[in-house]
Amino acid sequence: MVDGILVWRRLVGAQIRSQLQYRMSFALDMTGTFWISFIDFFVVLTIFHNVPRLGSWTVHEVAFLYALSAITFAVTDLLIGHLDQFPQKIRDGNFDIVLVRPRGTLLQIVASDFATRRVARVLQGVIVLVYALSGLHIHWTPAREAVLLASLPSAAVIFSSIWVVGACIAFWTTDGGEFTNAFTYGGTTMAQYPFDIYSAWLRRFLGYFVPLAFVCYFPALYVLGKPDLLGVPHFFDFLSPAVALVAACIAGSIWRFAVRHYRSAGG
Amino acid sequence: MRLDWEIAKRGWRRYAAYPWATVAGAFTNTVFGFLQAYILLAVYRHRANVGGFDQADAVTYVWLAQSMIMTVYIFSWWELAWRIRDGSIATDLARPLDPQRYWLAFDLGRAPYHFLFRGLPPFVIGALVFQLHWPSPLDALAFVVSLTLAVVVSFGFRFLYNSAAFWLLDFRGIVTLSTTVVIFFSGMAIPIRYFPHALRELCYALPFAAVIQTPVDVWLGKRSGLDLAGVLALQVVWALALLGLGKLALGRATRKLVIQGG
Repeated sequence: MVDGILVWRRLVGAQIRSQLQYRMSFALDMTGTFWISFIDFFVVLTIFHNVPRLGSWTVHEVAFLYALSAITFAVTDLLIGHLDQFPQKIRDGNFDIVLVRPRGTLLQIVASDFATRRVARVLQGVIVLVYALSGLHIHWTPAREAVLLASLPSAAVIFSSIWVVGACIAFWTTDGGEFTNAFTYGGTTMAQYPFDIYSAWLRRFLGYFVPLAFVCYFPALYVLGKPDLLGVPHFFDFLSPAVALVAACIAGSIWRFAVRHYRSAGG
Repeated sequence: MRLDWEIAKRGWRRYAAYPWATVAGAFTNTVFGFLQAYILLAVYRHRANVGGFDQADAVTYVWLAQSMIMTVYIFSWWELAWRIRDGSIATDLARPLDPQRYWLAFDLGRAPYHFLFRGLPPFVIGALVFQLHWPSPLDALAFVVSLTLAVVVSFGFRFLYNSAAFWLLDFRGIVTLSTTVVIFFSGMAIPIRYFPHALRELCYALPFAAVIQTPVDVWLGKRSGLDLAGVLALQVVWALALLGLGKLALGRATRKLVIQGG
């Protein structure tokens, strides 16, 4: 484990240094990424330009949800978002190289790229969080602080698990990679809004089966002291870390299963 | 003309070669359609009309926009930029065929494929689940014309920002920024009609509305008679203007072009 982290730091450090060599293009890239990530939030603001509340949620409450989803997703994207390009590794045979090296397969894939420009997205999420907190009067208690702090890594682990399961699709079909987008990019969009606006089947499928409701909706309910209007039991607010653990185990098993059954095309 | 047709057929075939990519993409558009539809429906719990859109208009907008997203190819298009960067553009220029005309024909072959296989399936699913607004025969016809013009406007802009690669060694930032501008100002992220008055007027005055919002307005019957003729004419103007600028950029660039390896 410690060895794994050291390897990861070495490989990612080299990536960052090489990207910083081209300063102008790096700056342009950061700016582009920063603004494109703001579009989603302009959508939220536009909605609240027309209505005072979305369901029972005010603009600052939705901004709070948005920021939690955006920050944790951006961190996940920064760490493992390049799994999007994983199908390419299968197609051109480069995954075979990974198999013969004496390190974990997933670790090597994850450390193979690091898009530093995505830091801009984390920054955007933090700006929205500051905006949200400036308008909310949260009555902070140790329990609320604990739930919020625990929800951040939990959310990142849930997003990562979705990404890893999505990448596994590539073991069976290399051009179906976009399926994953529905759950990763679609997932963060869904988690940016209160779940009570979605229809029942969408909540069941994307909220519980793909556990997106645990990314920030339930923890946010607790921190904001809001009841779930659909009558979900109160203890769901505390389940995010457990759900994240289960999701990670499932994703890990699927990855190992897929790697065991992988047959190279001989690239 | 014969040549354009042959190129267009290749544009179709290029994308038809990856059926699973099409299925996966259509699935993703469908999921986004559901999310956006429920988000906008929540807005209508408080109001019956936003910027001239009622509930059925808003949901129809969602599914039309998801269906048009690939037809007008709103996300980043890099092909020309890559050919400039790796030097293949030199070969293109040596051919007795204008590269802009080549890529336009190719794009007009690609668009119907994406319309049928990426656009229709999500729309049909949306129509089965939600109450949509259906156009009159005249509006439906005008929509087809408007959508075709939208593809040309979108292509004109994509060609233009790709040609920035003649001057910039690294064009990723420009492409990302251009894509951001189109997504926001075209009405892809949220209907232009939801914006505050001044921003709304600005959006309608820019060419990007012609890519998404104009065809949607036409389908929804928000434009009729002279007004309809006017917005279609404006789309033609934007298409010609952007193609003209692209041609100008290409002409300028080729006069000073030095191929750096490749």
